[in-house]
Amino acid sequence: MHKVLETEAAAPSLTLSGISKSFPGVKALDNIALELYPGQVTALIGENGAGKSTLVKIMTGIYQPDGGAITLNGQDITLPTAHAALGLGITAIHQETVLFDELSVAENIFLGHAPRTRFGMIDWRKLRAEAKDILASMGAPIDPNARLKDLSIANKHLVAVARALSIEAQIVIMDEPTAALSHKEIEELFVLIDLLKQDGKAILFISHKFDEIFRVADRYAVFRDGEMVGAGLMKDTEQSQLVRMMVGRSVERAFPKLDVTPGDVVLDVNNLSHPTEFEDISFSLREGEILGFYGLVGAGRTEVMQTLFGITKPSGGSVRLDGKPALAKNPAKAIESGIVYVPEERGRQGAITGLPIFQNISLPSLKKTSKSGFLRLAEEFALARKYSERLDLRASSLSQEVGTLSGGNQQKVVIGKWLATAPRVIILDEPTKGIDIGSKAAVHEFISELAADGLAIIMVSSELPEIMGMSDNVIVMREGRIAGRFAREHLDAETLVRTAAGIEGDPA
Amino acid sequence: MSAVSHSPRNIPDRLESPFKSALKSWEMLLIIVAIAIFVANSFASPYFLNPWSLSDATFNFTEKAIIALAMAMVIISGEIDLSVASIIALASTAMGFALQFGVDTPTLVAIGLLVGVACGAFNGMLVSGLGLPSIVVTIGTMSLFRGIAYIVLGDQAFRGYPSDFAFFGQGYVWWVISFELVLFLALAVVFYIILHRTSFGRSVFAIGNNPVAAQFSGIRVRRIKFILFILTGLMSGVAAVLLTSRLGSTRPSIAFAWELEVVTMVVLGGVSILGGAGSIFGVVIAAFIMGLVTFGLGLLNVPGIVMSIFIGLMLISVIGLPVVIRRVRARMAA
Repeated sequence: MHKVLETEAAAPSLTLSGISKSFPGVKALDNIALELYPGQVTALIGENGAGKSTLVKIMTGIYQPDGGAITLNGQDITLPTAHAALGLGITAIHQETVLFDELSVAENIFLGHAPRTRFGMIDWRKLRAEAKDILASMGAPIDPNARLKDLSIANKHLVAVARALSIEAQIVIMDEPTAALSHKEIEELFVLIDLLKQDGKAILFISHKFDEIFRVADRYAVFRDGEMVGAGLMKDTEQSQLVRMMVGRSVERAFPKLDVTPGDVVLDVNNLSHPTEFEDISFSLREGEILGFYGLVGAGRTEVMQTLFGITKPSGGSVRLDGKPALAKNPAKAIESGIVYVPEERGRQGAITGLPIFQNISLPSLKKTSKSGFLRLAEEFALARKYSERLDLRASSLSQEVGTLSGGNQQKVVIGKWLATAPRVIILDEPTKGIDIGSKAAVHEFISELAADGLAIIMVSSELPEIMGMSDNVIVMREGRIAGRFAREHLDAETLVRTAAGIEGDPA
Repeated sequence: MSAVSHSPRNIPDRLESPFKSALKSWEMLLIIVAIAIFVANSFASPYFLNPWSLSDATFNFTEKAIIALAMAMVIISGEIDLSVASIIALASTAMGFALQFGVDTPTLVAIGLLVGVACGAFNGMLVSGLGLPSIVVTIGTMSLFRGIAYIVLGDQAFRGYPSDFAFFGQGYVWWVISFELVLFLALAVVFYIILHRTSFGRSVFAIGNNPVAAQFSGIRVRRIKFILFILTGLMSGVAAVLLTSRLGSTRPSIAFAWELEVVTMVVLGGVSILGGAGSIFGVVIAAFIMGLVTFGLGLLNVPGIVMSIFIGLMLISVIGLPVVIRRVRARMAA
């Protein structure tokens, strides 16, 4: 790969035009145009689900676009595989770096393009020397012979950057690189980004944190619902304008929220804390209330919910259900007391995809459907039939394996299995993540009906329209703490985003 | 999919009757194979169709098959227990050791079973208490348990078991029907009920399919795995009593390498080696098939080494065949 010369700086290195990508039921990207300039950082901004990750996957050859063109230095290119993208000098640094823990730093840097001896063997001496040179040029105090797993996350990022330098990448994509870093480490990363800029790399920087974006980016592009809604130079814009573009009209979508007057307090959480994930979480939840938990990924919302469900152990605090202590030791105890949890990772934690629908639904209710430990299939089918009808499940039979259903219908099975336990409190963690629009509406409608029936509901969501459309009250979490509480009538998208991201000051 | 309708849909419980799906099952295929081997054997040797030699044939597999019943549940839960044969060695050695102090038959049996349970509890503690992978733990205890037996016995053997002790491995309940066979069939019924008819069994399937989601559904995953290892330990103890009684002596090499035949039986019976699927019925037929095959080869004077080759090939083809068939089908469809 030849280096981009200073004189070419005016022309974009990489141009995407008319890029579209659909998944069954979802249009992930619609006619996207994006230009990346050499020696400049372009910030990609958008809510979760706006299509940022899909675009990264297209740029790195993991997904194929349905239509559109990609040009690199004026040449039309295609990226059929990840290997092809790497070969053309496009590399990505992810939030959780995709490197190899058991290999040395030097091996990680040169994996796939190691220098060879004339016998075709890896030239270890040269490999270590070059790795050392690259790390030294970055000012990174890392031993090239160290095992990657012994490094901090920040240093792993540095190794990923070194890898980008070693393949002489022209395009470097950074997908939320600072999510797991401390302040000092973030500063060090920014120094490196400056280094990459000086080297003429075109950088795409994805982050939810506006202070970072304003610190490193030269340009911005804002995505919303798979479309590009704005792009330009950072110096010509300000936070409030970006937030407005990001949030846009998508908030005004209709949600089937029923008006419910919340009843008595069901769940009372006081000063719940965890050594590393969250601190001082207090809130109460009433019958018929939908309490939304908003925040950035990694804000600690899931950890709080899994503590209520007995999976994560807290370091302090109390939980009361109907006035009685209810800090569960394990999920079995939580279910017994009436707290159930629909997890975010449906395939791994929610559904047992290899078992039929009726066995999934009856699983937490086996005590009820069986008699002195012996299964009663008729009871199980009756239970499954009741909840699949209530949830409007689409399946050929109740004996169909859950893994063969669509994402939306799998989620209905998971929700159904919890409703069958007749809970007091149901916690929904990203309940509509990755499911098609039709099923989404059905799930929303159903959640609303449950609240009307008097169930107390906690809904964790990173999607603003969902949070705003469904919640009676919203708690915003940031970095493990409660950063704000809002009642439905005071909900405002910009305030929520600002609170979650920790932006000071009044909107312009 | 786009429109959200409000009318409840009628989803049938099943598309096929249980009887119809049973006809298409792996178990049905096994029954056909068993019949074919039976017929082939009866042509191969004139001595085969004698009731007494058929009865003798069952001794080839009953002890292993008793362990296979519990092993099936362990494998369905996504774990494995490779120490079962060594548990037999240790339990048998313990019985032989106790014999030196002149204990009576009921005490001998109790010692055999208790040692089995203790060994199983040790495995279970390491697997579910410390969260270690069972394949490593039980390869370790496989060496450990048999090692202890070797230290106690050296190249000696314990002999002189009481005459009423011989009934368990040599006695007949009625005519040619041995005590071992009756015990195996009775235990098969018990295990069938536990695995397929209780909520405990359902939890075993759930854990084998997805341990995380099972835990998130309120199943006590660790407790159930612990119980399963105690069960394989107990069944190994039962097998130790039967085998020691049948041989009338204990050597440290007793039941050597049985774990492989037990696992083969389970996998041949249609239990997924990856966990999450299988049936006791399949394992029972597989036990009969393995008994018929080894006995048939024995009648033909095929040496033991060749039998071991045969069992190895059987294990590989049982695991590999479904994969090959799936590939071929996919290629034909493409």
